[in-house]
Amino acid sequence: MALLTISSPHTHNNNSTTKVMLTVALATLPGLFVLTGFFGWGTLINIALASVTALAFEAATLKLRQRPVSFYLKDGSALLTALLLGLALPPFTPYWVTIVAVGFAIVFAKQLYGGLGQNPFNPAMAGYALVLVSFPVQLTTTWALSTQMSGQEVLSFAETASAIFTGLPVADAYSGATPLDVYKNLISSGTTDSAANQNTFNGWLNGGWEWANLAFLAGGLFLLYKRIITWHIPVSMLIALSLCSLIIGWDQDLYTPLSLHLLSGATMLGAFYIATDPASASTTPRGKIIYGAGVGVLLYVIRTWGTYPDAVAFAVLLMNFAAPLIDSWTQPRTYGHKKAKRGLPKAN
Amino acid sequence: MNLTLHRFHGGIHPAQNKEQSTHQPIKSIPLPSQLILPVRQHSGTPAKPIVSVGDSVLKGQVIAEAVGHRSVPIHAPSSGVVSAIEDRTTSHPSGLPELCIIIDTDGLEQWCEHPNLFNKTDCQSLSDLPNEEILEHIQNSGIAGLGGAGFPTALKLYKTKHHTHTLIINGAECEPYITADDMLMRERADHVIQGAQILLHLSEAKRCLIAVEDNKPEAIRALHESLQVLKVNPAIQIVSIPTVYPSGGEKQLIKILTGEEVPTDGIPADIGVICQNVGTAAAVYRAVYFGEPLISRITTATGDAIKQPGNYEVLIGTPLPHFLEHTGYIAQQPERIIAGGSLMGFTLPELNVPLIKTSNCILAPTTSELPLNDLAMECIRCGQCVSACPQGLLPHQLYWFSKAQDHEKAEQHNIFDCIECGACSFVCPSHIPLVQYYRHTKGEIRTERLAQQKSEIARQRYENRNERLARIEAERAAAREARAKAKAEADALREKQEAEAAATASPDSQIEDLERKILAQQDRVTKAQKSHQAAQEANLDTADILFKAVEKQQTKLQQLEQELIALRNNVTQEN
Amino acid sequence: MSMLWILLLAAIPLVILAMFSGALLGFAEVRFKVEGNPIADQLNDILPQTQCGQCGYPGCRPYAEAIAAGEKINKCPPGGESTIAAIADLLGVEPEPLDAEHGVEDDVPLVAFIREEECIGCTKCIQACPVDAIVGAAKQMHTVISDECTGCDLCVEPCPVDCIDMIPVETTINDWFWQAPSNNLELIATDRQTVTGEPS
Repeated sequence: MALLTISSPHTHNNNSTTKVMLTVALATLPGLFVLTGFFGWGTLINIALASVTALAFEAATLKLRQRPVSFYLKDGSALLTALLLGLALPPFTPYWVTIVAVGFAIVFAKQLYGGLGQNPFNPAMAGYALVLVSFPVQLTTTWALSTQMSGQEVLSFAETASAIFTGLPVADAYSGATPLDVYKNLISSGTTDSAANQNTFNGWLNGGWEWANLAFLAGGLFLLYKRIITWHIPVSMLIALSLCSLIIGWDQDLYTPLSLHLLSGATMLGAFYIATDPASASTTPRGKIIYGAGVGVLLYVIRTWGTYPDAVAFAVLLMNFAAPLIDSWTQPRTYGHKKAKRGLPKAN
Repeated sequence: MNLTLHRFHGGIHPAQNKEQSTHQPIKSIPLPSQLILPVRQHSGTPAKPIVSVGDSVLKGQVIAEAVGHRSVPIHAPSSGVVSAIEDRTTSHPSGLPELCIIIDTDGLEQWCEHPNLFNKTDCQSLSDLPNEEILEHIQNSGIAGLGGAGFPTALKLYKTKHHTHTLIINGAECEPYITADDMLMRERADHVIQGAQILLHLSEAKRCLIAVEDNKPEAIRALHESLQVLKVNPAIQIVSIPTVYPSGGEKQLIKILTGEEVPTDGIPADIGVICQNVGTAAAVYRAVYFGEPLISRITTATGDAIKQPGNYEVLIGTPLPHFLEHTGYIAQQPERIIAGGSLMGFTLPELNVPLIKTSNCILAPTTSELPLNDLAMECIRCGQCVSACPQGLLPHQLYWFSKAQDHEKAEQHNIFDCIECGACSFVCPSHIPLVQYYRHTKGEIRTERLAQQKSEIARQRYENRNERLARIEAERAAAREARAKAKAEADALREKQEAEAAATASPDSQIEDLERKILAQQDRVTKAQKSHQAAQEANLDTADILFKAVEKQQTKLQQLEQELIALRNNVTQEN
Repeated sequence: MSMLWILLLAAIPLVILAMFSGALLGFAEVRFKVEGNPIADQLNDILPQTQCGQCGYPGCRPYAEAIAAGEKINKCPPGGESTIAAIADLLGVEPEPLDAEHGVEDDVPLVAFIREEECIGCTKCIQACPVDAIVGAAKQMHTVISDECTGCDLCVEPCPVDCIDMIPVETTINDWFWQAPSNNLELIATDRQTVTGEPS
């Protein structure tokens, strides 16, 4: 009588891809709370909209590709992409921009490459970059202002929802550009000094952005603790960004200060949740350090000399290009080998 | 003397599941009515049977002899009659049949003569004996590594050009579920220590480290006590190492204890280390001091489908159904029996296989205990496997290359350094059977290499053959040419002689000569015509050629006749 | 400054640059010279060396030379798709499906086997074997050295008593290895049809 034959190992630590995705999602919760607390309902509505859209697009493409739909939907990766996009997009982003971003992320950046794990580029950032270059106005002026920044109460749920779904511009009092953008404009008009800085941002830890970044940092530390991610990418990225800022941008009248680089924009979200997206990042220990440092440097360069207010998406996507090359040149040294192997196999 | 322990890269902490099989002491099971002894129970060349069907054998008698050094003999584990020598399924994941000697036991357990080493040689202590003699005794006792790989024990101990500085006795037993070595150390610590002493003597190493994972405190205590009681060589040291899988892997254990790494294309001896399992050490002790060949071993029976989990001293060749019957096995649906532990053990393809020298554990899990692998999802390159791999490989890349059948890249990423420990699959959140991919790819690459070698040989043989045929042809052509040349020379000579003769001979004799030639020629023409006719009647293709031959012969005849007429005219004119 | 002078001034750096680059190229040519096999040798290395002649040439080497001279690459059934792919890769051409006119690829490797009691010792098979893998003498029984047999089956046809069989090489414990994991989900729909032979 035939017995069951299976190759070893026969035991497993009971981790699963779904659990990994859910843990990452869980770790974004502090950041999401802070964002909602300071900037209103926009982000939550974005995430809800993005999630529904992502599931719909994922299901539709899976169907077209004749793959089992429910099996792949439950891996949670589409929801995570939607969540990260929802967090990254400005709170008052018109609904159709979100749909375009999610659609591009799921259909083009992920499924057309073969679905989960096969995507060379971070889907969420691909979607984000697409809408950023295509609809720059909608993506730069639709950031919500916190009470501390505008002196106004944040918009109610109904007002926010109507802003998003009608696509009509929100009153200037409630929306505007991000601090990074504002600061850059101030620099170019030559009106920055420490006092202006204080005025614009209402002081340290008071505008909402810093708190959001600190919350994402906390979530990131949780991911490190749970060993979902390793320290290599976030640490090297933040160090590279800091070094660039300290060396190149020491003059705060000419360059955005380090505190703003680290705690404004999508820095922490990028460092712990986006740059660490395993499918598109480098995977060898040394490779991750190079990859993270690359993201950090590009982030600084594009933020400082580029025309867009933030640069996480571009920095990550550019490094995605380099990840396979970095991987093949940073193979770890195998046990019993004197030297690590590098590059591609020699022909014959 | 304090030893600095080192760390190897990666490693995992799976649930131990060792406790359930350590509640009862080592027990024995009743003698089975039949023993199945495969000729290959070790790594290397299979042994060669030296008994025939119908022979009576005694317990401990050699029934198959070693073939070369990479082989060990096989002994009858009990007395009885050889009832068959035939192909049977053995304890191997392939389920392919292999030659086995089957003994129907007679229940008498009658030993053959088995003197211990000292009686055999009339010596009092090991130091009186040359190492070769001790090694030969161990070799003849059929001892192969009991840890699982089954490498012939004596072979590891022969002198090499490298000086051995450390002998490691491996009692780490890092694999979940298995407790055979643990129980052996607890109950027969003295055997292990004495065996270690013999091995230390043979290896001429400076120190002997008995390494045990710190999850086996009883074993460590027993070893320490025994060390004190026996007052053995102070170079023997017991080392408690941290519990992390796969610390019991030879390469990993050497790294932990010495900080050195076995070169990828080498063996531990290259860096002055020899590694032997604790079970092997005990077997060596019994062989040397009691003259007992390796005919039994301790096997763990565990898993929720076994009602009396524990360790059992079993005869080599015991059929698995007999073993399961006496350990309280309850068949599951679907039925799954694992030989070995939960991380590196292999599933047995069928029930009726024998326990062999390397069977350290029979694990019969229920599906709730060790769930069957659910459908694998795609690799998300999360890197958990990279962190877990004890060999410092990139398992996710190897998976990618295996799936793409990119053998070149897989080799470049050191797939052959994979020890198949299963740590990567264990942590894989996508539940990908990574190890199976690597095994398959390694097999494919090996097959490919063999095919390449074979085709290279075929190419050479083909070229040699062509060369040979060309040479023969050339020789023939040369011989033909030589013959033609000789003939031409002879013809020239004859013509010359004929001309001379003609010049000197009388015209009458010339005429006579010609007349004779004409007669002969007429004969030839008739013959040619006959064969032409025959061919024509038979409607053969050769008829045309034969017709030409007839014409040729007729022309010749006419020539001769004209010559004759000319000659006669000459004669008339002269007269 | 005359026009000519200016032209000369412009030309001098260019000439120097050209000489330098030329020297560099010349150096690279010598220093990094690739010791290349002639293409026929490389092709011969790829071919399976069964010497079966199914391609219409009297062996692998002649076929390799013919391919080098422009013959089609899909005439080698023993090599099959993988050999065609390797040749296509080497020559930088598109792989073509195997030309069925020359035979089909066998699933398992075969080896010749002589039923020795029926052999009359005519030596015809010995003469047919391209790799000298059959031993025997006139009026003596012949046998196949199975390790050397390439499975070309050229010996089968000449045998006057039909005592040669082509038998599949059996897998033993020594060369057995695990199958690749099968997971239908990992195949995309179009692949699945070709693998299982049924549309999904």
